[in-house]
Amino acid sequence: MNPDAILWHHLSMPKILIPTPLRQYAGKQPAVEVKGSTVGEALTGLVSQHPDLRRHLYTDEGKLRAFVNVYLNDEDVRYLQKEATAVQENDHISIVPSIAGGTALSCSF
Amino acid sequence: MAKFTEIAPVALNNDEILRYSRHLIMPEVGMEGQLKLKAAKVLCIGAGGLGSPLALYLGAAGIGTLGIVDFDVVDYTNLQRQIIHATADVGRPKLDSAAEKLKAINPYLNIRKFETRLSSENALELFREFDIIADGTDNFPTRYLVNDACVLTGKPNVYGSIFRFEGQASVFATKEGPCYRCLYPEPPPPGLVPSCAEGGVLGILPGLVGIIQATEAIKLILGKGDPLIGRLLLIDALGMKFRELKLRKNPDCPACGKNPTITKLIDYEQFCGIRGEEAPVEVTTDEIQVEELKQRLDRGDDIYILDVREPHEYDICNLGGHLIPLGELPNRVNELDTSKEIVAHCRSGMRSAKAVNFLRQAGFKKVHNLAGGILAWADRVDPSMPKY
Repeated sequence: MNPDAILWHHLSMPKILIPTPLRQYAGKQPAVEVKGSTVGEALTGLVSQHPDLRRHLYTDEGKLRAFVNVYLNDEDVRYLQKEATAVQENDHISIVPSIAGGTALSCSF
Repeated sequence: MAKFTEIAPVALNNDEILRYSRHLIMPEVGMEGQLKLKAAKVLCIGAGGLGSPLALYLGAAGIGTLGIVDFDVVDYTNLQRQIIHATADVGRPKLDSAAEKLKAINPYLNIRKFETRLSSENALELFREFDIIADGTDNFPTRYLVNDACVLTGKPNVYGSIFRFEGQASVFATKEGPCYRCLYPEPPPPGLVPSCAEGGVLGILPGLVGIIQATEAIKLILGKGDPLIGRLLLIDALGMKFRELKLRKNPDCPACGKNPTITKLIDYEQFCGIRGEEAPVEVTTDEIQVEELKQRLDRGDDIYILDVREPHEYDICNLGGHLIPLGELPNRVNELDTSKEIVAHCRSGMRSAKAVNFLRQAGFKKVHNLAGGILAWADRVDPSMPKY
């Protein structure tokens, strides 16, 4: 078989950067690689790998929570195509939740 | 360059000129810049972790009027990071302690003390008297209050926040830039802000972030450099990495958008659902007091002590309990015996209350919460035990 005829299908493996408050639900990892060609797919992949993250990121109706911001590299996806935003192999997806600590964050777990 | 403050009729005497010489010989500051600093009025909300370095450096830099809002007293556990306060200040109002140190560093400061809780009743009037607001608070309701009051009074909000070893910094509420609500239109609902094991924070972190806030305030006053307007700086102290995210002004923002719906300050506690604050622990029949536990253990009762704290807390002090951190409890519940009497404890009784609720729902009937946690034990049963 002619090696040139073999097409290699690249699956995007973007990295999702997990903020500190959520790392305990993602196996304590600061970043997780997931498959996905859109932001939505990548996030779905993330919560299937780490189901405990689901309720922190999504409402019961399956919508992304309003106090959680998602960035593709340095752009807020709200101003791109939201969850339909396309993702390339070397992109970073950042989850940026609101934090309020000014001296010490009170426990609300 | 936006004209930030008028060069008001202030002057520097020879003593001040010597004091600020290292500023004056820099073209970015110079006499003109130093006079702007002296004419400026900055309000620091909080004289704690962020407020300490913020106020100290603004004071040293020669800000003319420094307002400080804080109603708290210095606590021993503050000293690990609130560097404006010293051991001898424990028990004193933070405001008095802060003002004293600032005066000692720079007697030319005009320090205005506001020993009050910032609220919807006083914020607008207070903010109007200042040029820049530096937000060093530690709870969601106040964050939203400060933001909205800044937007309504047209004052920039130099923002900083921290969590464990990560921080955020930005400048909100300038005319062209976004405000806090553009980034976070809603606060997190109660119970969803993840645990921080009762508030640990790397002592240096508010130092790092507070200085960034002071820097931004000074840049705004001088009209020099690139301020963090429309930029969210993310600080990772452990990795020593600084990242930046773009922030956009949201045209539909309820506070600063084209058609703002927020025209006055609201009840922020209600808005946040008393979120981000510790909910008062309800006294239930599921509780056991430390004295009773001690009596029953001395009597030889077969009690399974479940410690739901983290391993590093166990190292500080423990009751010899079985350690299952709260976060792991759902996965390790089969290690527990439903026929045994279980007393769950943590540091102060909050996490263990949640553990007890969880176990009761899981069908455990004989489970109790040690009211007040290991702190209460150290207080009332074993004074040799360290408190933390």
